[in-house]
Amino acid sequence: MSTQKHPPKRYRIAVSLVVLAAVLLCGRALDLQFARKSFLQSQGNDRYLRTVTMRANRGTITDRNGEPLAISTPVYSVWVDPGEFLHQGKRWPELSQLLDFDLRRLRHTVNAHADRKFLFLRRQVDPELARRVLALGVSGLSLQREYRRYYPTSEVTAQVIGFTNVDDQGQEGIELAFDAELRGIPGAKRIIQDRLGRVVENVARLRPAQPGRDLSLSLDRRLQYVAYRELKSAMRELGARAGSVVILDPQTGEVLAMVNQPSFNPHRRTEISADVFRNRAVTDLFEPGSTIKPFTVTAALKSGRYHPSTLVDTQPGYIKVGRKTVRDLHNYGVLDVSGVIKKSSNVGASKIALSLPPDLLWRTFSKVGFGHRSSSGFPGERTGKLRHYQGWKLIEQATMAFGYGLSVTGLQLARAYCSIAADGLLPPVTFQRRAPPVNGERVMSARTARLVRSMLELVVQEGTGTQARVAGYRVAGKTGTVHKNIDGRYSRDRYLALFAGMVPASRPRLVAVVVVDEPRQAKRFGGEAAAPLFAAIMADAVRLMNIPPDVLPPTSTRLAAVRPEP
Amino acid sequence: MRPLAIIVLFLATISSALSGIWVRHEARELVQQLQALDEARDELHEEWGRLQLEQATWGTHSRLEAIARKNLSMIMPRGEQALVVSP
Repeated sequence: MSTQKHPPKRYRIAVSLVVLAAVLLCGRALDLQFARKSFLQSQGNDRYLRTVTMRANRGTITDRNGEPLAISTPVYSVWVDPGEFLHQGKRWPELSQLLDFDLRRLRHTVNAHADRKFLFLRRQVDPELARRVLALGVSGLSLQREYRRYYPTSEVTAQVIGFTNVDDQGQEGIELAFDAELRGIPGAKRIIQDRLGRVVENVARLRPAQPGRDLSLSLDRRLQYVAYRELKSAMRELGARAGSVVILDPQTGEVLAMVNQPSFNPHRRTEISADVFRNRAVTDLFEPGSTIKPFTVTAALKSGRYHPSTLVDTQPGYIKVGRKTVRDLHNYGVLDVSGVIKKSSNVGASKIALSLPPDLLWRTFSKVGFGHRSSSGFPGERTGKLRHYQGWKLIEQATMAFGYGLSVTGLQLARAYCSIAADGLLPPVTFQRRAPPVNGERVMSARTARLVRSMLELVVQEGTGTQARVAGYRVAGKTGTVHKNIDGRYSRDRYLALFAGMVPASRPRLVAVVVVDEPRQAKRFGGEAAAPLFAAIMADAVRLMNIPPDVLPPTSTRLAAVRPEP
Repeated sequence: MRPLAIIVLFLATISSALSGIWVRHEARELVQQLQALDEARDELHEEWGRLQLEQATWGTHSRLEAIARKNLSMIMPRGEQALVVSP
């Protein structure tokens, strides 16, 4: 009886086990639902929710007329999730062939990074190849859209524009200087993807991608082409080591053209030495030689002790300063100040400089920008060297007058000549497009600037720079031939040929500096190597810029244009 | 009075649930649309870039000059052939 009233022991045990199991299950359920909910939820989301970054387009760089100089085009990078991709060994041969990726290397790379979630196989392939890779349908493999920089003007603007690295960051030149503006801000979005990593649904846009700002430079692509073409052919003809040309607008200080040789192709730059990346016109210092004489004369005119017709005795063709001797090529006899410039007499320039107070000479040089970095903001721009006059010895005061003992960049020299071109106003230099009027700094009186300019015209009319003549235009400029200073000693047979000038001299619109590094011995003089190059570039430049001629031909029969017969 | 309130609240609950679903659906569709428009914009932008490049290539100064000289037999007037009209 009792066995029927009270359930047997076995029954009770069974019930309590069931109850215990139920309690455990409830406990586990509560644990999962509440205690570990957030962890599990996030783990779950990780399986199908992804936050992807969206690359932003880098801003376009254009020249002053809106022609593209650097532009981003879409490319794709192929990446894999190694964990997933490892199971797809069968498909690897096809893939390695398509991507031109050695199979053994592929296996090694993927195995080495098996614990990662993301591995680039090949970066920046063109859209067509990317489409074919994706069509293979290999799981674990995806494409990432990126941008590659394309430079339509290639080597013509290579050093000025610079380039970006594979991650779209500016590395050199304008790309580096204006990186913050050009760079886009990548956006982010959340997506749902399936097991194979394909996008099922876009859930939300967390942050829109912000494209970088476009940049309009002061450069003129046409001038850039002309300058590059002429520089390149002159380099070949002269057998020179390197060269650069800078063209500025003297009213606004805008850099209209800046070219260098040797140059490089910015799209294919792996095999070249970093030496050619340098924008020589702003990073290479040289002693300006005779091209500084106009500023020596400026100081002389400022002092009030000299006029263009004041006589300077340069006989007998040399002058002893302390224990050193300053020489001219020939004995020029008695010259006036214009003649010192025209013949480029070192003795004359030294005599003038020695008769002036050193601080006046120093202040004149310093004011036109020597020894100061320009405002261009170009990466790697050099300051140059101009020692303070308190440390000058007598011989330095003399050599300074004809351009030895101080160093400048091509850009600095061009800017200094702008002050002569713009009636004494020194404009701030810029690579960005700028509308006039620009307030230049007054560094000499308009009268002094005009006097110096007319002396520089004489140089081209009948002095050392006759090869700089441009038909139809009045040209003013100065030649320079500099012995290169190598390891502290002046070389006897290595020269720098220089020409700095402006056109049209009546109202200059273009200022240019031509630097030819180590031209052939037979054509080592600035008047023979650099001046013809200046003329060749300017002849095309005045036409391109629509600058009216200021020398009118004397004949009366004239045509407005020549048209072919229909 | 009471049953009425229950019915109203019941209906309100149901409609709020349904509108929740509807709004969510709407939001997804809008995100899709936005995505499509973004892509279209990017594609247009890229095409614009390509066209700019193409135009720049066709308009290369040296190419134009060669065409003018060869195909159109144009020449640069010499100094004495030019008439300068001052404004």
